Amino acid sequence: MRITVDVDGTRYSDEVEPRMLLVHYLRDQLGKVGTVSGCDTSNCGACTVHLDGRSVKSCSVLAVQADGHEVTTVEGLAQDGTLHPVQEAFHECHALQCGYCTPGMIMQSIDLLEENPDPDEQQVREGLEGNLCRCTGYQNIVKAVQSAAGTMREGSAPQAGGAR
Amino acid sequence: MTAVAEPASSPAGEFGRSRARKEDAHLITGRSRWTGNLTLPGMLHMAVLRSPLAHARITGIDVSEAKSMPGVVAVYTGADLAEEQGDLPSAWPITPDMKKPPAPALAVDTVNFAGDAVAVVLARSDYEAHDALEGIDVDYEDLPVVLDLESAAAEGSELVHPDLGTNVSATWKLDSGEAGSGGDVEQAIAEAESSPDGIVVRRTLRQQRLVPAFMEPRAVVVDPNAQQATMWSSTQIPHILKLMLAMTLGIPEHKLRVIAPDVGGGFGGKLQVTPEEVLTLLTARRLGKPVKYAESRSESMQAAHHGRAQLQKLTLAAKRDGTVTGMKVELLADMGAYMRLLSPGIPVLGAFMFNGIYKIPAYHFSCSPVFTSKVPTDAYRGAGRPEATFGIERMMSELAAELGIDPLEIREKNWITHEEFPFNTVSGLTYDTGNYEAATARARELFGYDALRREQAERRERKDPVQLGIGVSTFTEMCGLAPSRVLGSLDYGAGGWEHAQVRMLPTGKVEVVTGISPHGQGHVTGFSQVVADRLGVPFDDVEIIHGDTQSAPKGLDTYGSRSLTVGGVAVAHAVATVIAKARPIAAHMMECAEDDLEFTEGRFQVRGTEKAVGITDVALAVFAAHDMPEGVEPSLDSDVTYDPENFSFPHGTHLCAVEVDTETGRVELRSYVAVDDVGRVVNPMLVEGQVHGGLAQGIAQALFEEAVYDESGTLLSGSFAEYLIPTAADLPSFTTDRTETPATSNTLGVKGVGEAGTIASTPAVVNAVLDAVRQFGVRDIDMPCTPMRVWKAIQEGAR
Ligand code: FES
Ligand code: FES
Repeated sequence: MRITVDVDGTRYSDEVEPRMLLVHYLRDQLGKVGTVSGCDTSNCGACTVHLDGRSVKSCSVLAVQADGHEVTTVEGLAQDGTLHPVQEAFHECHALQCGYCTPGMIMQSIDLLEENPDPDEQQVREGLEGNLCRCTGYQNIVKAVQSAAGTMREGSAPQAGGAR
Repeated sequence: MTAVAEPASSPAGEFGRSRARKEDAHLITGRSRWTGNLTLPGMLHMAVLRSPLAHARITGIDVSEAKSMPGVVAVYTGADLAEEQGDLPSAWPITPDMKKPPAPALAVDTVNFAGDAVAVVLARSDYEAHDALEGIDVDYEDLPVVLDLESAAAEGSELVHPDLGTNVSATWKLDSGEAGSGGDVEQAIAEAESSPDGIVVRRTLRQQRLVPAFMEPRAVVVDPNAQQATMWSSTQIPHILKLMLAMTLGIPEHKLRVIAPDVGGGFGGKLQVTPEEVLTLLTARRLGKPVKYAESRSESMQAAHHGRAQLQKLTLAAKRDGTVTGMKVELLADMGAYMRLLSPGIPVLGAFMFNGIYKIPAYHFSCSPVFTSKVPTDAYRGAGRPEATFGIERMMSELAAELGIDPLEIREKNWITHEEFPFNTVSGLTYDTGNYEAATARARELFGYDALRREQAERRERKDPVQLGIGVSTFTEMCGLAPSRVLGSLDYGAGGWEHAQVRMLPTGKVEVVTGISPHGQGHVTGFSQVVADRLGVPFDDVEIIHGDTQSAPKGLDTYGSRSLTVGGVAVAHAVATVIAKARPIAAHMMECAEDDLEFTEGRFQVRGTEKAVGITDVALAVFAAHDMPEGVEPSLDSDVTYDPENFSFPHGTHLCAVEVDTETGRVELRSYVAVDDVGRVVNPMLVEGQVHGGLAQGIAQALFEEAVYDESGTLLSGSFAEYLIPTAADLPSFTTDRTETPATSNTLGVKGVGEAGTIASTPAVVNAVLDAVRQFGVRDIDMPCTPMRVWKAIQEGAR
């Protein structure tokens, strides 16, 4: 089947097998290997990307379902060399060790913050329930998300006032 | 403890500084280099057909249909590779008469666990390779399945490997009476039993089977056509892997290169020479094409090695005042179906840790590795030491409970006091330093021990359905594996040294080569700090080269909390060599005597003057080599192999409060305090991260995880849907702190931290759960302490 998908700002048009998972399309066909896969039961969240701005596990979406939609991966977050505040916070707060869960964690955290720009600890923990990390014990991930929330609220305040 | 604030430009004062990691930049932007990302021209994909049965004879394999399926290039069975595949290495024959079965990468005539590899398909794409597995027809004849550890070890059990004549592979013993490191334990037990003043506590504790569950599944790519056949593998041990492949497959060592690119966690689970690595290499060589194997999570669960899985029969003898007089340990250790790289040595490492931080006058340890029809077991974070710490710390709390003494008090009564170091333990180690009093006092304070005890008493009093439990665990760990002579005395097949090179480049930048192989720990950052501190160059001017046998040719890799304590110390020694080599040249440059030079913050300064040259100036002068002192080679490079004189012994005190709903059995972690002493700290933020992650894994063993098999030997917890790794919502925030008692056995004063958190947390949590429900007559609950188990224990106890 032929699909047309916008991924990280580039339009791709490809012939894919109907059974192909979005995560495989991204990795194997587009070379977007920043998005990874850690399980085969949709439990780990390592493969999380944004589909039209909302987080999805790209292992539980077929490539054909992304036809005509917009996908953002961890590779598309930094703008003109400036990291997304969540990426920055993961670095500053040591929220990653091996880094394998990190692409998914970052994408999920961004989604969480869009839903709730000022989450308390428990809300962050619950918002990340679908993403497993074996290295960090989550403490610094929670810290990073809350720290990014602070930065993003500050950043958005002047924007709301029309300044940029 | 807070980090020392230093201006970013100052190269000195790197110790104790929480630097954000150099490693992060590519990982947070998705520019990572996982083995699974690799694609080489003409590369084939390998899929593995695995046995669905736990024990069976292969009576026939028909691969004809698979061979004719689209995209399939080759299909191989065990018979096809029997000549070449050799035996997977087992490097630790714990006794001269240890029994071990052949361990082919691809089963030849029998399969010995569900997941054993039976055939491989090589195809153009991963999808096609997996499709073709359906086209392979295997006929099996069932053989008896052996699952329960205790009955497997019993006389008359069905056998996993009939040719061995037994399931018990060996028995390894350590007896303090015989070794001269202590008294006779049988006598201590007899005395405690016969004296009105004595007490003997007996428990049989179970360490369940666990899955290391590194987040990146294993992957291997082999390019057989490179100058040296090159293997990329998601491994912790590129150097050991290369050596073992050479030794077991007969490929000349100098014709192999192994690369560990970004590796997504290991926890001991990637301390292995795997069937899949061997098969990828062999098939790539046969076909003359690059081959890639990338496992699914389910395959990983059912084929990558598991951990723990012990039955511990423990006897503790003591006086009624709480003074321990003897400890006897009888272990059965589940090996699963084969001996992998270190399998039988893992429980033996525990032999030295069952005495914990205590003065135990008499000690006996025996361990029997036992075969079962399950996935082989091997190293998992802590490897033998968490099992031992669990044993002693559960027993100390049991003793305290039986005697009605506070569990902290009983520990204090028996521990080695800080004036008593260095201390020779009953199991034969020498602990260099420690301060258990300080760590415990700090933990007690942070935890609010007394207030929680009061609340506990109140809740008991008013028969609150939600009861409070307080768990205590101390630990110490032999880490920094290891003095080579000690490994030799344990019959391990290799040494424990580490290698480092420091190269001063003409522009003043520094390349450091290390033989350790990081997979998430942050060594690039930590080692850069060590070099920046010692050499006085900026942190950003240091590059750490690792994980490729071509560029980092010598090493023993990463496990056993050895990276900083052995590898980092090797780097520090290599830096010292660079400085020593630069000294005569600097003296020559400034026309002064070497003795007049002082080296601080990267500069050789003539004492009492302003005259100085930087190490980087010397590097440039050496590169030009126009004016070298007589007989001095134009190089500052150093090459050091360091063998530690002793282990290092981090320690700590962990306190845990749980709320147990006695009506549902649900356990809620309320607070957790960990005060660890890991010696001098290079980067507190990295240390804290290691502790957090370790705590999560140890708590997971106590409350959540278990590899469960059904009666046919099928792994029921075969995916992340059934094997419950804790999520963020399952864990609380931990309170962590440190005391700092520098190690005296290495020049940096550092101890290991990679395994520390995992070791103490499991017994702390289980002790807390028991502390909550002991009032109902409960004396033990098997891990994981699920609501069902806790509820049942309360019901049975109350009867
Ligand atoms: S790969 Fe695990 S949830 Fe998608
Ligand atoms: S950082 Fe390794 S799994 Fe999260």
